[in-house]
Amino acid sequence: MSAREEILGRVRRALDGVTADPTPVPAPSGARPEDLIGHFVERVTDYRATAIVVAADQVPAAIETALAGRTPIVPAGLAWPVGGISDTGQSAAELDAVEAVVTGAALGIAETGTLVLDHGPGQGRRALSLVPDVHICVVRADQVVADVSDAIALLDPDRPQTWISGPSATSDIELDRVEGVHGPRQLHVIVVVPCPESDNPLL
Amino acid sequence: MREIGGMKVALQVTCLNDALFPGTGIAVVRLLHRLGVDVDFPEAQTCCGQPMVNTGYLDEAVPAVRAFVSAFEGYDAIVTPSGSCAGSARHQHALVAKRSGDPGLARVVAETSPRTYELSEFLVDVLGVTDVGAYFPHRVTYHPTCHSLRMLGVGDRPRRLLEQVRGLRLVDLPHADECCGFGGTFAVKNADTSIAMGADKAHHVRSTGAEVLVAGDNSCLMHIGGLLSRQRSGVRVLHLAEVLASQ
Amino acid sequence: MTATFVGMPAFPTAAREKLADSQLRGNLARATGTIRAKRAAAVAEVPEWESLRLAGAAVKDRALHDLDRQLVRLEASLTARGATVHWARDAADANAIVVDVARAHDADEVVKVKSMVTQEIGLNEALEAEGIAAWETDLAELIVQLGDDLPSHILVPAIHRNRAEIREIFDRRMADVGRPAPDGLTDDPAALAEAAREHLREKFLRSTMAVSGANFAVAETGTLVVVESEGNGRMCLTLPKVLVSVVGIEKVVPTWAELDPLLRLLPRSSTGERMNPYTSMWTGVIPGDGPQEVHVVLLDNGRTRALADEVGRQALRCIRCSACLNVCPVYERTGGHAYGSVYPGPIGAILNPLLRGTGDAQTDSLPYASTLCGACFEACPVRIDIPSVLVDLRAQVVDGHRGDAVPKPEAAAMSAVSWVFGRPRRLAAAERVSGLATRLARRLPGPAAAWTDARDLPTPPRESFRAWWRRTGGGG
Repeated sequence: MSAREEILGRVRRALDGVTADPTPVPAPSGARPEDLIGHFVERVTDYRATAIVVAADQVPAAIETALAGRTPIVPAGLAWPVGGISDTGQSAAELDAVEAVVTGAALGIAETGTLVLDHGPGQGRRALSLVPDVHICVVRADQVVADVSDAIALLDPDRPQTWISGPSATSDIELDRVEGVHGPRQLHVIVVVPCPESDNPLL
Repeated sequence: MREIGGMKVALQVTCLNDALFPGTGIAVVRLLHRLGVDVDFPEAQTCCGQPMVNTGYLDEAVPAVRAFVSAFEGYDAIVTPSGSCAGSARHQHALVAKRSGDPGLARVVAETSPRTYELSEFLVDVLGVTDVGAYFPHRVTYHPTCHSLRMLGVGDRPRRLLEQVRGLRLVDLPHADECCGFGGTFAVKNADTSIAMGADKAHHVRSTGAEVLVAGDNSCLMHIGGLLSRQRSGVRVLHLAEVLASQ
Repeated sequence: MTATFVGMPAFPTAAREKLADSQLRGNLARATGTIRAKRAAAVAEVPEWESLRLAGAAVKDRALHDLDRQLVRLEASLTARGATVHWARDAADANAIVVDVARAHDADEVVKVKSMVTQEIGLNEALEAEGIAAWETDLAELIVQLGDDLPSHILVPAIHRNRAEIREIFDRRMADVGRPAPDGLTDDPAALAEAAREHLREKFLRSTMAVSGANFAVAETGTLVVVESEGNGRMCLTLPKVLVSVVGIEKVVPTWAELDPLLRLLPRSSTGERMNPYTSMWTGVIPGDGPQEVHVVLLDNGRTRALADEVGRQALRCIRCSACLNVCPVYERTGGHAYGSVYPGPIGAILNPLLRGTGDAQTDSLPYASTLCGACFEACPVRIDIPSVLVDLRAQVVDGHRGDAVPKPEAAAMSAVSWVFGRPRRLAAAERVSGLATRLARRLPGPAAAWTDARDLPTPPRESFRAWWRRTGGGG
């Protein structure tokens, strides 16, 4: 008998007389912060990342400031103009020589201070936002949701996802949190609000 | 009689108190009399069965559970000065009855289990009192035993009772909700770990400067008290019932 | 050389040795104290915590109670997305599958994401035996691996080590297996993390194959989820060409939406954070992004045995957060090694007997390694009633010896006690005798000496309560 059939047979015997519940379990609703963006910024900052809120027309300047002279790699489809290296399928070793990366995001979660990348346009393949030591992530205010439930409802499981809550960290030494192990050691989050009197969320 | 009217109330003294700490049982009787409750002691009682159940001897617990239900069947409330034994009656008797394969036993257990109250639950929830008219002029710290705290969820009932005792000064016990390390046969099977836990508990008790350590279970007090005594600490241990019965 | 749990003594013996190690006691008390406070604060922030626990338990139960269909669905979803699904009855099956994949790619090394299941099956040793180096990339796993040590905690396997010990291990051992520790390495945690970063980066950049576990596997979509902090997981899941994920069959979550409560419960219970730094989710092969050859090994290794246990099957809900270890007063004092398994603490005390079956002295000692204080149940994000399972397993241990020709002294004693408690008259008689005996003996003989070694006995009373009641009618 194949291992598959043997295991499934053992499972069926173990569950003899057990009734399965066909209905998915609903999760209780989560946090509903009043000031969504303020909450998001506060929670991101708690992880010792930086977070600022800027008007759409100030984004290029904010990216420039965060880069502090570093040259970033820039994924195709980023909604904001940033000078830097294009993604041409660089190897991991080549990416290791890149100082920074600028990406967009699929959404942000206020309660947990989390950015979710689904590696669509403007976010790049997963290695781009991993190997360089500085990650600058631009998220629009209208992409920020309240809690994990809202994110799960919006996200597409067919897409690869990276949920990022602050810079790389470890608690492995005496359970004390230390920032900066293998992922980017700096995370700068730029939250974009529309310019006053503009209907275009990008401006 | 008070508002509990014609309620038939029985004392389950527990095997440990019966043999080693009769003062606790006597205190419960006196306290309840003072509160107008005519408490009975059904002599057919032996043990709740927990020592056997918690060591894995389910078959051996059946006679004790049978003795329990035959002693207490028909009472409206069964009061016990032990969170652990109340927990056993409420949460383990059904298990033992199931094991016995006797549906009759399971039926009676379903009646006696929910009527079993730990002393502080009975005083606060059934009698509705927190001031029991006690006087105990000492500096006291309170250890909320694990089964009272987590198996029964007695919450702050014992503290509310102690806070009303005249003359009593209640001081907080650091790391109060941590287990003392008694754990029934654990105290012997894993004696080294049990003693390490108990030593830390005794250290916290001594750090409060209390004269008396109070708890709702003499099993835990026997363990912590045994260590405090061996350390010549001068701290006494006393069951909650005995503090509440003092005048 | 790799350390092993094989041949560990029963818990009381192992615990005695560990209790005597004051350095260990200090390290553990400090670390568990820190994490308890963090967890308590993170949980207190969530008003819906108790409903979340119920939902988390219900999601896992729903998957477990329908496991055959969920596994078949998971397999179909994964296969449709380009992953190769393997089934492994036991450790030997699973290890052979991973070795075969490595050989097919001529890989002489693999990078590893921290995974309990690959420790459970001894994958590193199996790979080593085939000449394939397995590099642990989680900081704590690296500390354990470099120190030829054993893990002692689910989340922080090197919890028993303090910063000075870690510095010494890095300084002494890193050069043997790759980039040496920098000169003048201090025991500052940031400097130690930096040393690990430099040491491991060359391995991440050159490795062609990675091995991971998974925290969750979504049957509906074929999505695997890895929850981590350092980014070593992302490195392993993204950079190599080939990825093998070994997944216990209990990791299934039926639908994508049902990840919700679990992702809210796990980080707060585990590291006491609102969210862990990185969570990776991937579904099969993603064209142009990450590994282009993806294998998933679905592992039984005793899980179906646990599933067949009506009381114990709830242990399969475990999401390996380690909250139960951190709040356990026994674990805090003995540490993880005393449990003789990669799964220590309260969950280990039930999981090991459930996966392996009772019957040997070491496994049989585990259900007794608890005072049944209930702190673990209270902390468990998926509401595993560990005390009840412990009691049930104790009964299985006892029942396993009911046929013994010569009963253990404990069994004989319990029979005697049972006989006494069966009739109040016998109890009254026994009290008269034992009352006399305790008055005479201040130090107990035999196994009961374990009590009087460090604890005084209470002063025995002149009469039992029963005798007082008889004498006074309750009015004395």
